Amino acid sequence: MALLEVRDLHVAYGKIEAVKGISFEVEQGQVVTLIGTNGAGKTTTLRTISGLLRPAAGRIMFDGKTIQNTPAHQIVSMGLAHSPEGRHIFPRMTIEENLLLGAYLRKDAAGIAEDVSNAYSMFPILGERRSQAAGTLSGGEQQMLAMARALMCRPRLLMLDEPSMGLSPIMMKQIMDTITQLKSSGTTILLVEQNAQAALSLADQGHVLEVGRIALSGRGADLLHDEQVRKTYLGEE
Amino acid sequence: MTTTVFLQLVTNGIAQGAMYGLIAVGYTMVYGIIQLINFAHGEFFMFGGFGALAVYLWIPPVQHLPLLAALPIMLVGGMIASVVIAVLAERFAYRPLRNAPRLAPLITAIGVSILLQQLVFLWYPQPGGGKVQVGVNAPVQFPTFAGKPFHLGGVLIQRANLLTVIVAFLCMAYLAYFVAKTRTGRAMQATAQDPDTARLMGINTDKVIVVAFVLGAAFAAVASITYGLRFGQVSYDMGFSAGLKAFTAAVLGGIGNIYGAMVGGLVLGIAEQVTTGVLANYHATQQWGTAWQDVWAFLLLIIVLLVRPQGLLGERVADRA
Repeated sequence: MALLEVRDLHVAYGKIEAVKGISFEVEQGQVVTLIGTNGAGKTTTLRTISGLLRPAAGRIMFDGKTIQNTPAHQIVSMGLAHSPEGRHIFPRMTIEENLLLGAYLRKDAAGIAEDVSNAYSMFPILGERRSQAAGTLSGGEQQMLAMARALMCRPRLLMLDEPSMGLSPIMMKQIMDTITQLKSSGTTILLVEQNAQAALSLADQGHVLEVGRIALSGRGADLLHDEQVRKTYLGEE
Repeated sequence: MTTTVFLQLVTNGIAQGAMYGLIAVGYTMVYGIIQLINFAHGEFFMFGGFGALAVYLWIPPVQHLPLLAALPIMLVGGMIASVVIAVLAERFAYRPLRNAPRLAPLITAIGVSILLQQLVFLWYPQPGGGKVQVGVNAPVQFPTFAGKPFHLGGVLIQRANLLTVIVAFLCMAYLAYFVAKTRTGRAMQATAQDPDTARLMGINTDKVIVVAFVLGAAFAAVASITYGLRFGQVSYDMGFSAGLKAFTAAVLGGIGNIYGAMVGGLVLGIAEQVTTGVLANYHATQQWGTAWQDVWAFLLLIIVLLVRPQGLLGERVADRA
């Protein structure tokens, strides 16, 4: 049984349907990516899975439980973490306070302290600036913080929304390397990206979204070499 | 005007301002989290006074205690009244409108305010039995301290004023601790900064909002009892003017900032008392002092907002990078 199963999901903003019946699965230990242009419905899909939006129809199963009507804060407690688009760190709190909020539902002080120090060894820059207000970090550093914060709940599924958005090429590479590291340590990841090249090259499974529907699905490596994908998303003639 | 008179006015202003500040905290916390100007907060304040008085009048043994010993018991009654009303208003009037356009909850708040005022007006029994006659604004007597005021230099310090300042300080110290050090306090900060992301951390934001209403109402109940002690009365419409002044204080200090609420309250209270006192005898028939008191208070608000639109302690922070 898949860890996450999305069945015929429809999501609407008022009368405008942003997601028009998509289905996919994420298996334990897999990296699955959703790629597509702006407005394809990628972010809407993630926000619906994490409970911030309610679907108009369809079904979302996480670990065998139906969650499309579960409040967002309870979904987190089931082990589903979401690092949102635009990073959304808490700007007026320190880096350490941001990380501790990521562990809001945990009660094991020792384990939390251990994970904070793990986050600092994964991203040393965060450790150096631990008592600085998070709003003062650069875009790339904020992205590191957002990912580290999402990991603080020891998720069984990590959803990353546009982690490379607006970053310099060097920073983008570092973020992608981090995702590769997480993958090799066995973290299950659902990755939404506009940088299709990077996303597909590390994903086990990829889905191409076009205006609210899945247009194409396949293994990451296969999609990467698909002629149509290369034309539309990788900018090749 | 002598220095002594001036200091006397400042002293009275601090007590008045501390009371405004205690009420203003409730406006500012709720605004900081759900961007609602809760116009019914003045009525939560009024309910606190009546709740405390009800305990005093309806439980006779309380009346035979020394007032200082009776106050904690009255405080419990006042807090229960304020908090219950605040929780009910949040649950049944504001929460259903959480995702409605901003104007809808605002108008609802005005409706809740009028409802609560009229409820107390029509229902609250007079101490001598019977009810207030319709159309009559009869304030209800509140117990006051019997002892003489303290002297400090030439300045008189009323016992109730001293108590007001002490409890205001204790309340603010508790709030500072609560917000910075407790788990719920940090959840509250997170919810104020970014409610959706707070939910992604596992924070039950509906609960956090209730906590903000509860704390605000509890502080308002404390303020209401200090009002009763200082003026010797409570009335069904006391929440209107005190609420408006406290809202002014919250804006003056920078709405959303809990310390700003207290600073704004103190500045407003002192300015009000000093202008009133200084201008009181300036012109015999045109009473520039007491009669014009509210004019000076709101003139101050306008001037401060022209110079510092974000309020005294408000910060302009780029919330999203």
